[in-house]
This record gives sequence, C-alpha cells and structure tokens, in this order.
Amino acid sequence: MRALTWHGKQDVRVDTVPDPQIVNPRDCIIKITSTAICGSDLHLYDGYIPTMQAGDILGHEFMGEVVEVGHGNAKLKLGDRVVVPFTISCGSCFFCEHLQFSACDNSNPAHKADMSEIAYGYPMGGAFGYSHLTGGYAGGQAEYVRVPYSDVGPIVIPDGLEDEKVLFLSDILPTGWMAAENCAIEPGDTVAVWGCGPVGLFAIQSALILGAHRVIAIDHHPRRLELAKSLGAEILNFEDVDVHEALAEMTGGIGPDACIDAVGLESHGWAIDNVLDMAKAKVGLATDRTHALRQVIHCVRKGGRVSIPGVYGGMADKFPIGALMEKGLTVKSGQTHVQKYSKQLLEMIGEGKIDTTFLISHRMPLEKAPDGYKMFKEQQNDVTKVVLKPH
Amino acid sequence: MTTLDLEAKKEIGDAPVSSSVRSDRAAIDQQDRDWENGTLVGRTVTINRPRQDVYLFWRDVANLARVMENVERIDKIDDRRSHWVVTAPAGRTVEWDSVITEDDPGRLLAWESVEGADVRHTGRVEFRDGPPGRGTEVTATIVYDAPAGEVGRILAKLFQKEPKIQARRDLRRLKQFMETGEISTSEPPDAAPRA
Ligand SMILES: NC(=O)c1ccc[n+]([C@@H]2O[C@H](COP(=O)([O-])OP(=O)(O)OC[C@H]3O[C@@H](n4cnc5c(N)ncnc54)[C@H](O)[C@@H]3O)[C@@H](O)[C@H]2O)c1
Ligand SMILES: [Zn+2]
Ligand SMILES: [Zn+2]
Repeated sequence: MRALTWHGKQDVRVDTVPDPQIVNPRDCIIKITSTAICGSDLHLYDGYIPTMQAGDILGHEFMGEVVEVGHGNAKLKLGDRVVVPFTISCGSCFFCEHLQFSACDNSNPAHKADMSEIAYGYPMGGAFGYSHLTGGYAGGQAEYVRVPYSDVGPIVIPDGLEDEKVLFLSDILPTGWMAAENCAIEPGDTVAVWGCGPVGLFAIQSALILGAHRVIAIDHHPRRLELAKSLGAEILNFEDVDVHEALAEMTGGIGPDACIDAVGLESHGWAIDNVLDMAKAKVGLATDRTHALRQVIHCVRKGGRVSIPGVYGGMADKFPIGALMEKGLTVKSGQTHVQKYSKQLLEMIGEGKIDTTFLISHRMPLEKAPDGYKMFKEQQNDVTKVVLKPH
Repeated sequence: MTTLDLEAKKEIGDAPVSSSVRSDRAAIDQQDRDWENGTLVGRTVTINRPRQDVYLFWRDVANLARVMENVERIDKIDDRRSHWVVTAPAGRTVEWDSVITEDDPGRLLAWESVEGADVRHTGRVEFRDGPPGRGTEVTATIVYDAPAGEVGRILAKLFQKEPKIQARRDLRRLKQFMETGEISTSEPPDAAPRA
C-alpha cells in the first residue's frame, strides 16, 4: 500500500510499504477514506519529538471502512464505517476503567514502554503514528491501518453523516472539548484561548457550549482569528497588542477566569524568553519553547484555571512556578481521553449542535501529503486544516 | 530470603528491598547460600484481576512461556518441577530445572534452580490485594548468579546494563495478557511475541 512516512526533519515521503495485517484477536484492519494532518504532526515534522525512526508511518486522525476483523472482536463487522480515536486503549486496565483512556497501561508494547517510563516516571499509553514513545504504531496517513483493541476505540458512524462531519472525532474535536471541560467553566466566566489552530478553534466552540460568558482568542494569523470571531469569540492579535494588558483591561482588571494553551511546544513570537528557548533548542539544551504557556500563567486571574491541551515533550526552564503558586492556580492537561467523549460528541454533531467542517481549508490526495505538511507549516494563515484522501 | 528481608529492612524502612540503591549488596549477604556474585532484582505490578486468578495463572508454570519474552519452552516434570529453556544472547540457549520450594495458595510462590543450572537463581512472587477494587499487586523478586564462561559474560553484561529490564518487561506482558487477553505489539505478525 501507499503511506506517508517520516524520514527526518521536514522530510516526509509517500512510499510503498507492506500492507498491515491482523496480529492480535481484537485487531481490525481499516481501509482509510479520510485522514487529516494535525498540529501534533508538525512537532514530528519539525523534529521536536524524540524516538522517531526513518520509515515510520504518520497519521493519527483517520476514519474508514472495516475490511478485516480479528476473531476476538465481537463489536465490529465488515463494512462498518468507523472513526478511530488516536489513543489506543485496552478498555480493561485501571486507567481505561476510570475513563483516562490516554493513560492506558497496556497498549504501549512492553519493550517500547521503557522509554517513556524513564522519561516520565511511568509509561505512556499507545497512540497511532506518534513516535516510539507511544508504542511505534503505524499511523493512518495511509491506504490501510491495523487498529489494535478495535473493540474499544472505533466509533461506528451511522449512515448519512459524511466523513468530514465526523473525522475530527478522532482527535481535535474531543481535544478542544476536553480543553474546555478542564476549565471547569462557571456562569459569568471569561475564557482566554491561546492559539487559533484547529484545537484552539474547537476549544472556543466548546467553551461557549459549556457556558462561558465570553471567550477571548489570541493568535497572529488574521484568517485564523477571523474563524475564531465567526464562532463568537473576541479576538486579540499578539503582534499588535500587549496581551496581558489587553486581557486585564477587557476583564475589568481581574484577568480571565480560565486560560487554555492550545499552542504547544512550537510557540511563535519574538518575546525575549522565546528567542532564548529557540537558541537553546538549537544547541540541544532545552527541548520545549514555552512562551505561550508562560503568558497563560501570567495572565490568568488569581485562583484561576489553566488548561493545557498543547503538546509538550521534554523540559522547560524559566517556568513561572512563582506565579502558579502565589496565585493559587489549578492546572489540568493531558493527551485527550478521546473514547470518553466519542458518543456525546457524535450525538451533538448529528443534532447539528457542533459544526466541524468550517475549519477545513484544503483537501488533497494522499500522494500530495508532503505538500500538505509543508503548506500547513509554512502558510498557517490560509491553511487551517488539510484532509487527505487515500483512495 | 527471609533473613535477607529482615536485614535489609533495618536499612530501608518500609520500602521493598529491591528499591535499595545498594541492592547489589543487599542480595548477597547470605552465607548459607554462598552466591558467587548474586544480583537481586524486584518489581511490583498491579493486575486488574482477582488475586486467586493471578496466582493460578502463575502456578501453572507453562503459562509463563506465553508472557516471558526469552523463554523458549517450559516442560513440566511434575507438579513442583519444571525444565526451562531460555534464549540467551548470540543465538545461544541456557537451561535449568526449577523446583517450587514454597506454595501458599493465593499468596506466595517461591522457587529455586536445581544444582547444575546454567543460571543459578532463586525467586519468589507474592500476591497481595490492592486497595479495594484495585486488583492484585504482584511482587516478583529474583536473586541470580550470572553463570561462568562465555555465555555468563554475555549475560552479565546484558544484565549489568539494566538488571531490572527483563523483569519489568515480562511483568508488563503478564499484566497485558491477564487484563486484555493479548500482548500488545506494534510489529507485524511474523515479528510478534507469542500470545
Ligand atoms: N492534548 C492532545 O491530545 C492534543 C491533541 C491534538 C493536538 N494537540 C496539540 O495542540 C496544539 C495545537 O494544535 P493545532 O492542530 O491547533 O496546531 P496549529 O499548529 O495548527 O495551531 C497552533 C496555533 O497557535 C498559534 N500560536 C503560536 N504561538 C502563539 C503564541 N505565542 N500565542 C498565541 N498563539 C500562538 C499559531 O499561530 C497557530 O495558529 C499542538 O501543540 C498540538 O500538538 C494536543
Ligand atoms: Zn492530532
Ligand atoms: Zn487500558
């Protein structure tokens, strides 16, 4: 089959690779009909996430048709149309039972789990197409993919809902939702969202549905800010205003009740701390650029809530621990527990309460995926989301 | 191992012996056993299954070949004895007979290798209830002497680099198998571990 493979920093190619096969009884194989490029893929593309190997198949946002089912899988049948969560979860460990699906204790293969156990103290759960830290599983920017524990994750989609309406149940829609849920929104709350990429945009939509009084969105790409505005957010361009001052003034001098970092470890901008981080990342001293997160912690009100869906992988220095402690903040974060939200969000899509298609700017065949990566990275203003069609 | 436990506890309080930063020393001090260069490894894993189920799985030693990475075969000799064939580095195998020396159903199993083993060792595995509703805590502790000769040198090198690595991986696989009925892998079928 054809698949998008990683070969090094900003070097991805569409190669011919062996077809996936059923390995374990609960597996299935899916023929992929739609698959997207994610902001998280850019972290791999830019070489920020360690443990990638040349030839790894990328892609963790995908859906398609079930074409083979393992003998231990009683849930799926041939021909089912499914969306697959990016987190691989066994459904029976302590974490899965407590709906913390991305923390699954069993899905990361035993010998791959060593790496994240050493890095983070305990091993991470498995995920598709996201380095060997999360298991080295082949991803879904491909014609076919093997889905382990496929009686737990995949969501069967009823007829009549086209791919583009449901594809983002795989990652960014529940990620935006969990980011807003982690803000514990109360009536009258102002929520500020850093980053108007797909995750930030869905977080804005979710925060408003979950009852935020106001949402203020921050980015520097006019097109992306416009999309935020169309969802009902007020907007700030961080190149034009002092973000802290603007937020304080807009909230009566108090500050936002909750702040969301939907930027992650490749924060843009030319603030002095960011330039230092970049210089250090180049010489390998620190891995993560945390300018947006520092600003989040600085801007949120006393006793406020900080929600971090943005991805970080390593260490950061000059972390504002003083502001965090002295203001008494609550911080919530994590890879999304996708399966926890699937049913609820699918229903809301069906009822027309959530629109997921507004952010798709480009559609292209899988063969063009390397161009898609380049555009999504270099032309962020216009390229808000790229959907690939492998067949 | 009881003397060992008692001795070490004086130094390390309520932490398990295997977590001592001086575990190499902790294991060795047993005149009655007279280890050449005994090394102790230990590791605890929680398995989301009733204690009795986990004990019974382990008691039927043939099951362990399904979850232990390098075990090629385990032949049952009788209810207490078994013969183990284990893959070693550089395409070799090592073999031993193992005998169960203690069996407290549902709680504890201890075993040791019989005279003439390629890798002399003794081990015990304890099964305890976790906090209510949280499955079974399984603690495996093994003391082994690296064998003499070339295989020994290769093994010693491997284990010295990361003595806990094999126990850690094997216990993860045990947990995966007992909780999900599968052993997770991202490899294609011909490269997959047996499940
Ligand atoms: N937690 C999860 O499970 C999960 C899932 C999906 C994505 N993510 C992460 O969420 C983050 C966003 O993903 P995306 O797909 O929206 O990415 P994206 O790259 O498309 O969007 C990031 C946006 O942040 C903006 N930005 C950069 N620096 C900023 C700053 N200092 N202040 C304000 N805005 C700034 C950029 O202009 C861009 O519009 C990434 O880190 C991604 O890895 C996490
Ligand atoms: Zn994603
Ligand atoms: Zn699990």
